[in-house]
Amino acid sequence: MGAQLRVYRQKIKSAQTTKKITRAMELISASRIQKAQARVAASTPYSRAVTRAVSAVATYSNVEHVLTTEPEKIERAAVVIFASDRGLAGAFSSQVLREAESLSELLRGQGKDIVYFLVGRKAIAYFNFRNRASERIWTGGTDQPQFETAKEIGEALLETFLTDYSDGGVDEIHIVYNRFVSMVTQVPEVVRLLPLEVVEGVEEPGDNKVLPLYEFEPDVETVLDSLLPVYIESRLFNAMLQSAASEHASRQKAMKSASDNADKLITDYTRLSNNARQSEITQQISEIVGGADALSSAKK
Amino acid sequence: MAKSLSVSVVSADHQVWTGEATMVVAKTVEGEIGILAGHEPMLAILAVGDVRLTLPDGSKVLAQAEDGFLSVDNDMVTIVARKAELVGSK
Repeated sequence: MGAQLRVYRQKIKSAQTTKKITRAMELISASRIQKAQARVAASTPYSRAVTRAVSAVATYSNVEHVLTTEPEKIERAAVVIFASDRGLAGAFSSQVLREAESLSELLRGQGKDIVYFLVGRKAIAYFNFRNRASERIWTGGTDQPQFETAKEIGEALLETFLTDYSDGGVDEIHIVYNRFVSMVTQVPEVVRLLPLEVVEGVEEPGDNKVLPLYEFEPDVETVLDSLLPVYIESRLFNAMLQSAASEHASRQKAMKSASDNADKLITDYTRLSNNARQSEITQQISEIVGGADALSSAKK
Repeated sequence: MAKSLSVSVVSADHQVWTGEATMVVAKTVEGEIGILAGHEPMLAILAVGDVRLTLPDGSKVLAQAEDGFLSVDNDMVTIVARKAELVGSK
């Protein structure tokens, strides 16, 4: 076997092995995406109920709460970035990081300091590589987020939010995550988490209905006190679930195109190796014919 | 037969129970409260404890809620808790 032929055969082998891996990853993501989507759907009743309750408080009472009041001057902002733990998911992590960078630019332009909270190993690697500091990090389980993690993040965020600027606290919190639109589209999205602006799900009382008189137990402040952290957690959890579903979708897409590329490589190299084999045979024949000719002409 | 309430019990990651009930008894931070159809809209913080639902056919459903709240609006009762589960029905 000629050297050229051997090289091609080796390349085909290697493309085939890679294809096996990417194909397996594609199938795994495809099966997990269903589960991730189901989890997003399953958590919807909770977040809807919480949002409705918060907007009820906001609509039917006029209490000023520290979480909902806009501070006079925003000195420092926190940015929470939801990336993934593992790579091989196409532009998943880089697009969310790019979005976070442009948000940082915008905030810095407004004269705000920025502290980062990172979720997912890819975000941490990105920051470490650039020698940039982050306030807190969470790793593990970005593809199957647990509610406990959301609770932990929520508590950490609330704590820094309630701390004064002079003691290292922040006045504003933004989250950046990939929103799951469909199997083929995942959009990086920026949401300002705090101070709260409850806009969605506010049920405007109809014309014929009288504004219901809400009763709060024990009282409005206490209800708001315990409701708002829950609201924040549910928003965070929703972001994490969306991000997990997006991660699987984007990995499936990336692995699908990797498998397709491997297929194309295999076809190309097979053609080349056939070519090499053919020219090797041609050369051998011409050598034999040439040799026979030389022998027969020598006999004469 | 009195009007019934449409009740849903939801926890952070899934809907625990949903359906019609004639009466809901829950334990709030201020004590036990019973809700029948036509109750005024309210929002209450739940204490750790059982939520008892009486269904239109007279059977009962027991749910446990932790860390949550209860909202009543237009005969729609929502029990929301970080952790909630059905503990039994009889």
